[in-house]
Amino acid sequence: MVVEVIIFVFAALGALAGGLGVVASRLPVRNALSLLLVLGSLAVTYLLLAAQFIAVLQVIVYAGAIVVLFLFVVMLLHRQLGAMSPDRLRWQGPVAIGLSAAFLILMLLTLRFATNAAAPAPAEFGTVESVGRALFTSFALPFEVASVILLVGIIAAVVIGRPASRPVAAPPRSSAPSPVGAPRR
Amino acid sequence: MSVPLEAYLALSALLFVLGTTGVLVRRNALVVFMSIELMLNAVNLTFVAFARQRLAIEGQLAVFFVVVVAAVEVVVGLAILIAIFRTRDTVDIDDVDLLRG
Repeated sequence: MVVEVIIFVFAALGALAGGLGVVASRLPVRNALSLLLVLGSLAVTYLLLAAQFIAVLQVIVYAGAIVVLFLFVVMLLHRQLGAMSPDRLRWQGPVAIGLSAAFLILMLLTLRFATNAAAPAPAEFGTVESVGRALFTSFALPFEVASVILLVGIIAAVVIGRPASRPVAAPPRSSAPSPVGAPRR
Repeated sequence: MSVPLEAYLALSALLFVLGTTGVLVRRNALVVFMSIELMLNAVNLTFVAFARQRLAIEGQLAVFFVVVVAAVEVVVGLAILIAIFRTRDTVDIDDVDLLRG
């Protein structure tokens, strides 16, 4: 169908423009919002590929949680984000771009081997029901491991983000309280 | 599938290369994280495209697990970034060179 092709072209252009914005923009807020554009465009392509559940997951988890987390960090650090020390590795940029271009050519050359005979997808393919059925039967163990990984992530964020622990011996009560705004270490 | 598989794979390759370029070129640790997210999403697109072509739901399950691990990675990575910023007052990854020989 022509409509699918038109939607794909717009989504692809949006994703590529967003990707360029993530890499090239100097403003961290603009980087984060470009990432949001990429994630939204990719959710549209997932819909074209009969992956409704993954598209919703993409919008909720990536666009809803991860980009917001990035924006929070930008908000916390915004004074320092523009300040960069002078570049000490001047050759790194051109070499990186050259190597990435070579890698891109290599990957595009492999596309010759792609076979392109797709049957029309059955109506239930990619719905919450079919994904959930596979997730809770043949992929039950990886699903439980994923929940453990999430728990580890929560604990790690709390432990790393906590300010440095106080000394074990509490200071006597008569000592003067530490001034407000003193460095924690 | 009227859009050919090659189109999805080419888009995925372009996004992945943009991500690698960002990781290698940019020195702001936050932007490096976003570029890693870009690469993960490019791989996710490949997974979903092949799942559609082969009509195998396992490809979409792989994307599910990638999203879970990416969320944990961002949380831990940004916590480390904040911790580095607290002690060293910088987010420039070239300034964090304690392991330099």
